[in-house]
Amino acid sequence: MRYLPLILKNCWRNRRRTTLTVASIGVSMCLLGVVVSMYHAFYMGAPAPDEAVRLVVRNRISIAVAIPLSYRDRIQRIPGVRQAMYANWFSGVYKDSRNPKNMFARFAVDKEKLFQVFGEFQIPEDQKKAFLRERSACVIGRDVASGLNLKVGDRLPIKGDIFPGDFEFTIRGIFDSPRSSQVMYFDREYLEQSMSERRRGFVGMYYVRIDDPAHSARVAQAIDDEFHNSTAQTKTESEQAFTVGFLSLLGNVKMYMIAISAAVMFTILLVSANTMAMSVRERVREIGVLKTLGFTPAAVLGLILGEACALSVAGGAIGYLISTLLMQVVAKSPFGGFLPALPLIEVPVAAVCIAIAAAIGVVSSLVPAAGASRLPIVEALRSSD
Amino acid sequence: MAIPIAYNLRNLVVRKTTTIMTALGIALTVATLLAILALVNGLRVTLTASGDPLRIIVLRQGADSELVSNFARAQFQDLKFKQGIATGPDGLPLASLELVTIANLGAVEEGSEVNVNVRALLEVGRQMRPAVHIVSGRWYRPGQREVVVGKLLSLQHASAHIGNKIRLGRGDWVCVGIMDSGGGSTDSEVWGDLNQISSDLQRIEILSSATVRATDAVTAKALVNDINNDQRLNMTAVGEQEYYDRQTGSGTPIRDVGIFVAIIMAVGSSFAAMNTMYAAVARRSREIGTLRVLGFSPASIMLSFLLESVLLSLLGGVTGCLLALLLLNGYSTQVGSNFATMAFRFTVTPAIMGVGLAFALILGAVGGLLPARMAARKEILTALRAV
Repeated sequence: MRYLPLILKNCWRNRRRTTLTVASIGVSMCLLGVVVSMYHAFYMGAPAPDEAVRLVVRNRISIAVAIPLSYRDRIQRIPGVRQAMYANWFSGVYKDSRNPKNMFARFAVDKEKLFQVFGEFQIPEDQKKAFLRERSACVIGRDVASGLNLKVGDRLPIKGDIFPGDFEFTIRGIFDSPRSSQVMYFDREYLEQSMSERRRGFVGMYYVRIDDPAHSARVAQAIDDEFHNSTAQTKTESEQAFTVGFLSLLGNVKMYMIAISAAVMFTILLVSANTMAMSVRERVREIGVLKTLGFTPAAVLGLILGEACALSVAGGAIGYLISTLLMQVVAKSPFGGFLPALPLIEVPVAAVCIAIAAAIGVVSSLVPAAGASRLPIVEALRSSD
Repeated sequence: MAIPIAYNLRNLVVRKTTTIMTALGIALTVATLLAILALVNGLRVTLTASGDPLRIIVLRQGADSELVSNFARAQFQDLKFKQGIATGPDGLPLASLELVTIANLGAVEEGSEVNVNVRALLEVGRQMRPAVHIVSGRWYRPGQREVVVGKLLSLQHASAHIGNKIRLGRGDWVCVGIMDSGGGSTDSEVWGDLNQISSDLQRIEILSSATVRATDAVTAKALVNDINNDQRLNMTAVGEQEYYDRQTGSGTPIRDVGIFVAIIMAVGSSFAAMNTMYAAVARRSREIGTLRVLGFSPASIMLSFLLESVLLSLLGGVTGCLLALLLLNGYSTQVGSNFATMAFRFTVTPAIMGVGLAFALILGAVGGLLPARMAARKEILTALRAV
């Protein structure tokens, strides 16, 4: 530790190289930071409190296959269930579907229960009442409203595809959500009217609000057991697992993430190793002097490893900070709807990033550091490079 | 006068460790970019191969994919006898009513499940797609609970093998054959008998879409217009090629994310290249002085160092292309489109490699610019005096 000032001084000697190395590592680490944050959010993060109390029930075969409306009362009766809200993924086309701005999720739901099941949605009381009163009313998330410049009272024409027909909605409310809110909800009764006889009585899924997050596994099992011998078996999972499942339709997301991380880490390793090799080569004579002064080989080794570590940790920290900013941008994009609410600084993610950076620093400088520590004094002093 | 290129080449060889490390960093960046481009290209190639210029897909108005479309049997009767539809050897129109739905396959790895497209069709539907043939096993028999699976699907999923059961609708279906469509999206589909599957799904009257075959290319266009303008039908017709072209859109987010990743990595690697070049300039201070004394102009020195940086990155670019070609080309993967996964292969083409090389060149030029300028601006005397 007492060598820390010396290590830092050495780092700062070739300022341009240090700056470039730290910048290079920082830029790459910010990618790694984004990947690690997403991985954490998808596969490891604890769900937000409002999400933890929600389960999603869908047809065991696929989310694209419907389940009977009649399941609602049976789900409702299961101990631990507070509210069961049916919902249909409506799909549909707003204006021109090629413009990504016009792409937002649309759900036909049990509107009486919407704001009970999604307790975190904030909506003015009068707007909520207006939404409940009118059959063709809809509510939209703040992100849809600001993206398309819509306000309460506007008309929202949607062309149905899964559910054919021209639907005309009136926006009666705009709600705020802690997550991305690229979504619109409307009354399923309105949709049911337009359905053919054959399709009535079927819904896409149920959102279930339970009494206690600790019971979620038990309640999910109880729901699936209830319908085990029915024509449509169900699969109940936490909202988080459901979202991840939805995302996996995009392909093997986990593999993409791991591949990107590996490429990024290897690049950083090369950058850092290159820098350290260059800086050791320039300092051979100086190392001879240090050894003459009585620095042991171990101390020389430590000095060089420490220098590499300091550089890559600095790069890692900067990269992580940039990545938090990037994540805020990601959370605002349409893709952000898949993500749980993200705190600005996630301590485990930051720790992982910094630790990875430090490890890369050590590994990258092992070869030049070992070489320098083994170098005989006379030879080092004689070096003219 | 220009400094000979051999000077730069020898310099790169002398400092081989640094050269290799910098070039490898650039190679990884280029390989990442190529991986993404090859993935999107593979998707495009697969989808394009699925389309036939004479086949036309007819969907319900407003639907943009077969999966969300609805098609009543009664409507099909009106469509079938339209002008311009070719007739088969039996004298019946080549028009196939089809049902497209999703089945869930348990994947090879425990716990993950995959959704696949299931296409239910009649004999005529198979007749209209002569490219699709059985590579092992046999076709499903009408009236039996049998299906055949696409070639790529059978490679990736344990349950998609001959003799295995696939769960769909109200029960299990036996897989009796593996089909090959020569690189189209059919390679990741499951096919079965229309009547059998539709009754099992309780969708006897309402199916998904129809595919018709036009007699020739000119008629195909007219037929598309005719169907689109027929108020009574309330249908959208689209040429199969155009249809699959539109589906390529599902690769766009992947491509955008990939290009973003590659650009960020490129910024990192160009910093690294800059580092290497600055070190090269610093170490060769005396050489630069000597070159100036010999009469080389600052401009030619700048050009020489820029060239060296470009050579360095070119080396990285070529390595990156080789990496992508050897490790990725032909590797099969899958992406989701419209709720079902579609398998395809990474396809590295010369055009894609060209993009990768150009990317590396730009990266090297940007990284080498400042150090080269520094080299050119050195005062002769101070340069010569440097240790």
